[in-house]
Amino acid sequence: MTDNTKKIPRTKPRFSATFDPFTISEIQRAAATGIYDIRGAGTKRKLPHFDDLLFLGASISRYPLEGYRERCDTDVVLGTRFAKKPIHLKTPVTIAGMSFGALSAQAKEALGRGASAVGTSTTTGDGGMTPEERGHSSTLVYQYLPSRYGMNPDDLRRADAIEVVVGQGAKPGGGGMLLGQKISSRVARMRDLPEGIDQRSACRHPDWTGPDDLEIKIEELREITAWEKPIYIKVGASRPYYDVSLAVKAGADVVVLDGMQGGTAATQEVFIEHVGLPILSAIRPAVQALQDLGMHRKVQLIVSGGIRSGADMAKALALGADAVAIGTAALIALGDQSPELAEEYARLGTVPGAYDDWQDGRDPAGITTQDPELAARLDPIMGGRRIANYLSVMTMEAQAIARACGKSHLHNLEPEDLVALTMEAAAMTRIPLAGTEWYPGKQGF
Amino acid sequence: MSNMQEIDLARCTLREANSQLQGEDATGAWVIRNPQGRHALAVGLNAPIDVMIDGQAGYYAGGMNKHANITIEGNAGPGVAENMMSGSTRVRGNASMAAGATGHGGLLVIDGDAGARCGISMKGIEIVVRGSVGHMSAFMAQSGTLVVCGDAGEALGDSLYEAKIFVRGEVRSLGADCEEKDMTADDLACLQSLLDRAGVTEYPADSFRLYGSARRLYHFHVDNAAAY
Repeated sequence: MTDNTKKIPRTKPRFSATFDPFTISEIQRAAATGIYDIRGAGTKRKLPHFDDLLFLGASISRYPLEGYRERCDTDVVLGTRFAKKPIHLKTPVTIAGMSFGALSAQAKEALGRGASAVGTSTTTGDGGMTPEERGHSSTLVYQYLPSRYGMNPDDLRRADAIEVVVGQGAKPGGGGMLLGQKISSRVARMRDLPEGIDQRSACRHPDWTGPDDLEIKIEELREITAWEKPIYIKVGASRPYYDVSLAVKAGADVVVLDGMQGGTAATQEVFIEHVGLPILSAIRPAVQALQDLGMHRKVQLIVSGGIRSGADMAKALALGADAVAIGTAALIALGDQSPELAEEYARLGTVPGAYDDWQDGRDPAGITTQDPELAARLDPIMGGRRIANYLSVMTMEAQAIARACGKSHLHNLEPEDLVALTMEAAAMTRIPLAGTEWYPGKQGF
Repeated sequence: MSNMQEIDLARCTLREANSQLQGEDATGAWVIRNPQGRHALAVGLNAPIDVMIDGQAGYYAGGMNKHANITIEGNAGPGVAENMMSGSTRVRGNASMAAGATGHGGLLVIDGDAGARCGISMKGIEIVVRGSVGHMSAFMAQSGTLVVCGDAGEALGDSLYEAKIFVRGEVRSLGADCEEKDMTADDLACLQSLLDRAGVTEYPADSFRLYGSARRLYHFHVDNAAAY
C-alpha cells in the first residue's frame, strides 16, 4: 500500500558502468563525425603497473649500503654484442624516440640538452634527424622506421646507435600518423610529403618482412656503418618472449620493449586502449627469452611505457632490464600538463593532467606543435635544465632504493628484492605475493 | 678494362670488400668477382666510382648509394638500390621485390623484370624497368618516377603521393587513389629524357600511359573509408 501522505522519494540518476559518461560522449562524437577519435599519449585505463610491486629493503638478513657515503653505481653499456663502439651511459634512463614533427624543434633540442647534461641518450623519431638534435645530443640514437622519412646514410653514420623500429607500445602493429596541422613546410620537406596533408605511414618495413630478412637488413646497416654502431630493435609489447627471441636471432645488440602505456603523437583511441600489453607483464617473458638463449646482459634490454620515477626504473631493472626509456614523463618535465596553462587548456576543452590532443598541433606548452608562436614558448635551455633535473632525481631515487637493498650498482637489483601487492602483478612478474612465497603459476601454495 | 681494381669475394670477406669501396676518397673502376649472391654488396658507397658486380647479388645490393655507378651483371635480390640517394644502379638481369625501395635520388635501371613492390615508398628516385613489375609497385610512393616498359601487376600505385608512374603495357589493376592522368608535353619530355638516360631506345615515349595520385586520400574523411 502506498503512503500518499508523504512525497515519494525519487531514486538518484544512476550512471551505467557499461555506458559511462566517457563512453556515451565517444558514441555521440563518432555519430557526429563519422571518424574514429585520434589522440596522443598512451593508454589511460588502469592497469597492473610498477605500483603493484614493492621493494623489501635490507634488515638483519640483508646488509644495506650507507645512503650518502657508499657508492651505488648507475652506468650502463649498451651494444656490447657486435658493435665496435658501444654506448656508455652514466644513468640507465634514456629518452625514447619522438619525432621532430610530433614535437617542436625547441622540444627536441631541450631533450637533447637535458639528456646530454646527465650523460644519457636521446632518440630521433619518424621524421629524420634534425641538425639541432644532433648538435645538442651527445649520444643520439637514430630510428630506422617503416616510413624511412628523411633516412639517409650520412645521418646513419652521424648517429651513435641505430634503432630498427618494428613497433611501439601505444600501437603494436600500427603505422605512423601525423595530421595536417603539424605537416609544416619544414616537416613536409624532411619527409618528402605535400605540406598540410594527413600523413599515413606504413606499419611494415618496405624491404623486409620476417626475422630472416631482418637479419640481412641488420647486416646491411652494419656494413654501411662499418660495424661500429650498436643496433637496437624496438618492439611494442605483444608477444615479448617470441619477439625478443627473434630480435636476438636477427642480430640485435639491444632490444627495446615498449608497453602500452607508452605514448604516441597521434593514434586511434581504440588502438591505444585495446592493443598491446602493459609493460609490467612483458618484462619477465622478455628477460626469460634472453636467459633461455644465454644472452641476458649480453643483449641489453631497455624497457619503456609508463616509467615515471626512480622507483619504476629500479623495479624494471630488478626484473631484469638493463635500462629504461621515458617519453611522456619527459614531456611533462618540459611543461606538458602544467597547471599554469589551465585557462588555455580550458579553451581547448580540457584540463591540466588530461590534455592529450598532441595530434592537434595547438599545444599551449609549445611541445607537441609546429606552430612557430606556440613553439617559441618553450625555452630549450630552461627545458633542458628541467629534463636534466628530472633525470637526476630519477637516478637518485633509484640509487636510494638500491642502497636500501644493499646494492652497489643499480644492475645488482634482482627479482628477489621485490614482492607483489596483487595477484595480477604476481602472476605477470613471477614475483611472490607479499607475505607469501607463491605466485600464480608456481606449484604448491 | 685493364685498370679495373678487382675484389674477389672468394678470397676476402664482405667487410673487406665493402670497406675498400666505401670511402669518400675512393676512386676509379672496380669489379667484384665471385659475388655468389652475397647480401649487402657495395652498400653505403660514398664516392663517384664505377663498381661492377660480376654475377648475382643477394639482398640490398647497392643500398643507400651516394654518387657511385653500380652495375650488376646478373640478377639482384630484394631491395636492390634501396634508399639510394644519388648515382646509378643497373641490373642486367631481373630484380626481386622492393627494388629501389624508399630511394631518394639517382637512377635505377632494371633490364629484366622486377618483382613485387618495385619503387615502394620511393622519395625521389627514378626507376626504369625494361620488363614488367609485380604487384603493389610504387606503393605509397612519395616522389620520383617509375617507368615500366612491360606490364604492371595488381594495385599499382596504391596510396600514392606525388610520384609519377609511366607504364607501356597492361596494368592489372590500380591501387587506392591511383588514377590515369593526361600526359602533358612536360611529362613526355621527362619520360623521354629518362628513357634516354636508361638507354631504352626501342619504345617511343608516346606509347606509355601516365598514372598519378587522385589526391582523394590526402585528408582523413569518412566518405573515403572504403578506399583504404
